Amino acid sequence: MVAIGQGIRTVPFVLTYNQMVVDKKPIRDEEKATDLLFRALADPIRRDILRRAHEGQLSVSALAREHPISVTAMQKHVAVLERAELVSKHRVGRESIVQTQTGALVRARAALDRLEADWRDRIERMEQILETDKGAT
Amino acid sequence: MPVTDVDKNPDALTMTITAEFEADADRLWQLWADPRQLERWWGPPTHPSTFVEHELTPGARTTYFMTGPDGEKHHGQWRIEEVDPPHRLHIADDEVDDEGKPADGGPTGMTVTIAEAEGKATMSVQTHFADRESMEQTIEMGFEQGMIETLDKIDPLLGAARA
Repeated sequence: MVAIGQGIRTVPFVLTYNQMVVDKKPIRDEEKATDLLFRALADPIRRDILRRAHEGQLSVSALAREHPISVTAMQKHVAVLERAELVSKHRVGRESIVQTQTGALVRARAALDRLEADWRDRIERMEQILETDKGAT
Repeated sequence: MPVTDVDKNPDALTMTITAEFEADADRLWQLWADPRQLERWWGPPTHPSTFVEHELTPGARTTYFMTGPDGEKHHGQWRIEEVDPPHRLHIADDEVDDEGKPADGGPTGMTVTIAEAEGKATMSVQTHFADRESMEQTIEMGFEQGMIETLDKIDPLLGAARA
């Protein structure tokens, strides 16, 4: 399960962008998170996975049977959706069950991502003002 | 990069961003207290902001607007609730429509805390929302049309999954 609600999410972003660690705290790159979300939604097969997996009963191999693609190709699609946090995966026996995250949660996260981006820009402008004014005196 | 921490909590409806500046707390406070300085950073370059009324006094009302590239105006209004210079500021965000009149929508707020140590000031801004609806309005108030359109597509897509 994705650790929503525990502050900074510790899903693959941290591993992928650990070069951005500042003061030993991981900073998630919100622009990349937005890119991941849009890229994930851009593919018709992935949108179909979201529709089919909302009840959380289908395995990766069951999903693969719904499309003319291999289980490996389906695993890759699910991984893209997982990185964008549109689905989560859990194991039941030997099967990997895919579960779509709710639209409300996706929207809430997008709103917070948007807000973070706004504030990063504002903080950058604040810093510029401080530097400009320092230079002027 | 002065941002040192970001904490987003979709369940508690909060986002807290922390940044460190090469300045003292008083200087940082001025960025909030002086409307002429505030308007230099509040709005993005494409939407410069103009603060009409702004004074950091408990109970005071701030009115401002941002002007878009086509001259359209986005109005905003704050209520200053707590002021403890140069360390703490609590602002409630009153929803207003495009004419600056009060509008429906849960009030949101932000709490600013500023600490100083070894010649550096650390500022933390926590934005909190009354409900999901007001949180989602943040998206609509953003300026990236492409993003809004894409997000609007998510709901019908996940229609059956919505609680």
